[in-house]
Amino acid sequence: MNSDTAVSDPYEPKVLAFCCRYCAYTAADLAGSMRLKYAPNVRVVHILCSGKIDTVFLLKAFEDGADAVYVAGCNIGDCHFLQGNLSAIRTVAYTKHLLAEIGLEPERLEFFHVAASEGPLFAQRADEMTERARRLGPNPLRKTMKQRAGGKLAREPDTHSPLPEAKLGRLIRHAERAEELRT
Amino acid sequence: MIVGDLKPIEEIETSIRGRTRVLVLGCRGCVTVCSTGGEKEVAVLASQLRIASRARREHREIREATVERQCDFEYVEPLLPEVEDVDVVLSLACGAGVQHVAEAAAGLQRPVQVMPAVNTTFLGAALEQGVWAERCQGCGDCVLEITGGICPIARCSKSLLNGPCGGSSGGKCEIDPEVDCGWQLIYDRLSALGKLENMSRVLPVRNWSTSRDGGPRKRVVEELRS
Repeated sequence: MNSDTAVSDPYEPKVLAFCCRYCAYTAADLAGSMRLKYAPNVRVVHILCSGKIDTVFLLKAFEDGADAVYVAGCNIGDCHFLQGNLSAIRTVAYTKHLLAEIGLEPERLEFFHVAASEGPLFAQRADEMTERARRLGPNPLRKTMKQRAGGKLAREPDTHSPLPEAKLGRLIRHAERAEELRT
Repeated sequence: MIVGDLKPIEEIETSIRGRTRVLVLGCRGCVTVCSTGGEKEVAVLASQLRIASRARREHREIREATVERQCDFEYVEPLLPEVEDVDVVLSLACGAGVQHVAEAAAGLQRPVQVMPAVNTTFLGAALEQGVWAERCQGCGDCVLEITGGICPIARCSKSLLNGPCGGSSGGKCEIDPEVDCGWQLIYDRLSALGKLENMSRVLPVRNWSTSRDGGPRKRVVEELRS
């Protein structure tokens, strides 16, 4: 996708999924191994436990233009760290309240339980959340962000040219990408 | 510690209406401990304000900073260049911190107004994670040695020095069945300590001039002054 088509394209939601490595992230891997098809709008962020999720991360995601965000953690009683998922549920509920306070639909944020063995459920939740984002329409911040970035999203991962071939591992890749973005 | 509550977001937004550059200023003292105005709460409030103003298509620059203590000039001073560069400061400190920063900001070449984002509520202690309760009213004449370490001023709804009153029922206060009767607590504590005779001591009429009735208070320690 180049930047021109990105501007003229109809609304395509950007959904961010914070996935716990012990359940939902493994389920995402399983969904891939099972060759399940799910909405390509979902960007997965790997976290070590859903309990690591913080109100600041969630708000930042919306600030940066995400149309919907969800946190996927273990079933009740299955948390690798005992209570991380319970803490995540509370954080998500509190952040929903903060979003409602400032007039953003709290439905844009959700918590799901997805066990490591539930690849199909992961795919289902990804579709569900994308559908919800489609129904709610674009995040109202996206338009202003686009305007300020001259018609493009400020952080549009798809418009980056492909990475140059790695020479000395990850650090070089980051340095090269930074250099490339600068020029 | 001093405990505070974040003001409703509508009230905060009203106080900074029309200002373009806003500095959200936290404090690493008491308000960090009671999760009201520390670095994280600053990040959350700043993010909320950014989202709200962008959603309304308003151009507003929200900056964030947190100092060690807003009630100490040595920590506020290094921040003054940043304060001078904004239209308004939104302080998440207690009333003392807000006033201290406001005084410093008003003395700048380009005076800047400081708005409170927190309602300072009481001097309290943490009962458990996420629960704080009032324990002291800073009345300036402590009687805890007589009452077994439970303050009748802060914990009796009527601040009675010779309680309980007739409104104590089943160990609860008449103002609210959820509120413990302060004097019942004192009685139970004194019995556990074997000091029940303190209950029959009649505390004389108190001189409230050590409390707020004496006007604003000040403490001066001559040996510490420079």
